[in-house]
Amino acid sequence: MSSESFLAQAFIYLAAAVVAVPIAKRLGLGSVLGYLLAGIAIGPFGLHLVGAEGQDVMHFAEFGVVMMLFVVGLELEPALLWRLRAPILGLGGLQVLLTVLAVAGVALAIGMSWQVALAIGMILAPSSTAIVLQSLAEKGVLKTEGGQSAFAVLLFQDIAVIPMLALFPMLATAPHGGAEDAGHAAEATTLVGGLPGWAQTLAVLGAVAAVVLAGRFLVRPALRAIAAARLRELFTAAALLLVIGIALLMTAVGLSPALGTFLAGVVLANSEYRHELESDIDPFKGLLLGLFFIAVGASVDFALILAQPLLIAGLVLAIIALKFAVLFGLARAFKLSLDQGLLFAFALPQVGEFAFVLCSFANQQGVLDTTITSPIVAAVAISMALTPLLLIINERLVQPRVGTLRGDAREADAINERSPVIIAGFGSFGSTVGRLLRANGVGSTVLDIDSDRVDLLRRMGLKVYYGDASRYDLLETAGAGEARVLVLALDSPEKTLELVHTARTHFPHLTIVARSFDWPDTHALYAAGVSHVYREDIDTAVRSGADVMRLLGMHGATALRAAQAFRHHEEAALRELTGRDDDKAGYVSMARERIEALERQMQADRDAPALTRDSGWDAESIREEVRSMPAPAA
Amino acid sequence: MSILRYHQYNLALFFFNAHMSTPMNKILILFAHPALDKSRVHRRLIRAVPDLPGITVNDLYDAYPDFDIDVAREQGLLAAHDLIILQHPFYWYSTPAIIKQWEDLVLEHGWAYGSQGAALRGKRLLSLITTGGAAAAYRHEGYNRFTVRELLAPIEQTAYLCGMEYLPPYLIQGTHRMDEDEIELEVGRYRQLLALLHAGRIDLDAARGQPSLNPSFDRAISQEVPT
Repeated sequence: MSSESFLAQAFIYLAAAVVAVPIAKRLGLGSVLGYLLAGIAIGPFGLHLVGAEGQDVMHFAEFGVVMMLFVVGLELEPALLWRLRAPILGLGGLQVLLTVLAVAGVALAIGMSWQVALAIGMILAPSSTAIVLQSLAEKGVLKTEGGQSAFAVLLFQDIAVIPMLALFPMLATAPHGGAEDAGHAAEATTLVGGLPGWAQTLAVLGAVAAVVLAGRFLVRPALRAIAAARLRELFTAAALLLVIGIALLMTAVGLSPALGTFLAGVVLANSEYRHELESDIDPFKGLLLGLFFIAVGASVDFALILAQPLLIAGLVLAIIALKFAVLFGLARAFKLSLDQGLLFAFALPQVGEFAFVLCSFANQQGVLDTTITSPIVAAVAISMALTPLLLIINERLVQPRVGTLRGDAREADAINERSPVIIAGFGSFGSTVGRLLRANGVGSTVLDIDSDRVDLLRRMGLKVYYGDASRYDLLETAGAGEARVLVLALDSPEKTLELVHTARTHFPHLTIVARSFDWPDTHALYAAGVSHVYREDIDTAVRSGADVMRLLGMHGATALRAAQAFRHHEEAALRELTGRDDDKAGYVSMARERIEALERQMQADRDAPALTRDSGWDAESIREEVRSMPAPAA
Repeated sequence: MSILRYHQYNLALFFFNAHMSTPMNKILILFAHPALDKSRVHRRLIRAVPDLPGITVNDLYDAYPDFDIDVAREQGLLAAHDLIILQHPFYWYSTPAIIKQWEDLVLEHGWAYGSQGAALRGKRLLSLITTGGAAAAYRHEGYNRFTVRELLAPIEQTAYLCGMEYLPPYLIQGTHRMDEDEIELEVGRYRQLLALLHAGRIDLDAARGQPSLNPSFDRAISQEVPT
């Protein structure tokens, strides 16, 4: 490909993304669907701007998934991963097993051979890590029970793909797919393919051990040395090198590269470079994932769909229904609540990107021929494209019904007496605000995205609405038209900013009280026009600091005044900063900005004049004046 | 022997004597200084409180820097003592702010005053005050135009309403001009004052109505200490 045509391609992909994604987000459809639609639009069956090379682009862009799992690993400390072991093995294992069996059973029933049936089962069992994680993260439900369970299942599927690849050659029935070919294919994909079984196992274990040990003992000192060079791009290069290196190593021993980088991420989750690595990899991950989604959209074979519309539609529906049934059954068996079970089942019923790989592998191996795989590939792409829609259906149509079933009687009073306060986000911060208000007879309406919590609160008689608080219609339902104060206590700074914009556009009369996390997002909120911003840790941190000084013997009032003065200094410094560079309004908080903010804070502390004056209590000047006068006659 | 040494010698002897005598007052010192690190006199006074059974120091600005006063604790302390001393610098002819907050919250109707409020009846209240200005300024003809006792009328009336006997204030005045040795002298006198009050060896009846407690205290010392 000439560089010119490469640039032209890049231009088309980027332009499609830049146009489609903001529109999709504005419509509340999420970025994934935006990318997919962009892909369909520029694909062979839309504007025909990109053609057959879409498949290559997809393979290249799949590296985004590898990077995503690295970032996911960075956010997952080993202890948390260990806590997830039961859902990973139990829920994940059963999901793969039951789905394979169910799909194979259907295939057998319609007269296919057991080898073909099993192969199709394995192709359809995995779900799409990229689409699911991205969609759940965007909706802010990754940390809920349903989200965590979905994550556990995806992780197991990534592991399960390895034995699947090993099994495929054994299922070959067609004459052209002999043992020789299988051997070649295995050698082609891995370096250790030709070795005996025990040596392969050893190589796999060795590679995993190498990743863990290197992560522990080698990467940190190396990163320290690189960071010392103080070249930003060098650190970025090192981060990319790390991810690509691990991916190569894993591919060499036949393991999933995504799994390898995930492992490396977990090992580095406790290191001091966690945020740095995260913010360096993040843009690459985002771009590649976007590219990947576009490629998926572009690869949807409309010719085939139009040729056999009923077959494809039936296939898609059957796949989704079957996988949904297995998932929902498992969710109930594993005691997920109804709403979380629904979220879990609505998130995972599509077929994952790995099906594309397995299908072409199955063709090579002579396991399946293209008359079977072509409709499957089309159905897989459609099922992926449907995922964001399914999640929207779950969020807007299913969850509100499920959630309100038990609270119908209360729903009526909620409409009669409007609360003066709306609290968006009822985690520990929002709930503390809400409890204080409630204890003093101030009613509040709560919007929350965690359906388990919504359930609990409803049972306790609170006015709680399930859903994404940044949606205009939900705010409207919650009574934003009549409320006076909107309290923002969402877990995500991005969502908070989004909500600020929605509220300021549609409900300008609302006074916004926002919780923030650190300097950059406090700054962003000030810049977005919010005047009541409360940094979540400032009060507790300053109070602890004052108590530390008291424990060291400082007088209570002195410590308190010092803490009060420090808080004013902190707030003033931040406001001053906000005034200085307004152009940064709305920017997203990133690790690097946090570090820079800390540096500026420390600088401001150094430059500040003595923080406590309290000269009203200091008689030094009057003492001097009195002493300078002649002594009165006694 | 320097004047300071003399006082320390006296003090030792004096404590021995005081301890021998019988009726012991339980004393609660309600101390209020919002910026103790800037204080010259009170910081030294409050550290010098004699370690005698029944003398309790309650540093209000240390216990409640945010003015969030524990009413039950304060009422319990008041109930457990006979003589309540309000010790503070004289700020704008009155107490530091926390004492006002303390009065407002702790001296509840039905507890401290009113037909049912008898918790403080029969106890004594003493203001122990430092003024930067000299005693001469706190006269009708001085530039502060009122005596300290006159300026303390709200406290006196508060004590009256609660059925407490209000003692004339003990005054340490002219602190702006005091040098280190003079402050040290006042610290010694303060220790003696507390010990004598504790032992009940100051003639409080004779002090009634006086502008300050200081003369009665001086008389008590002259009777205590062999010269």
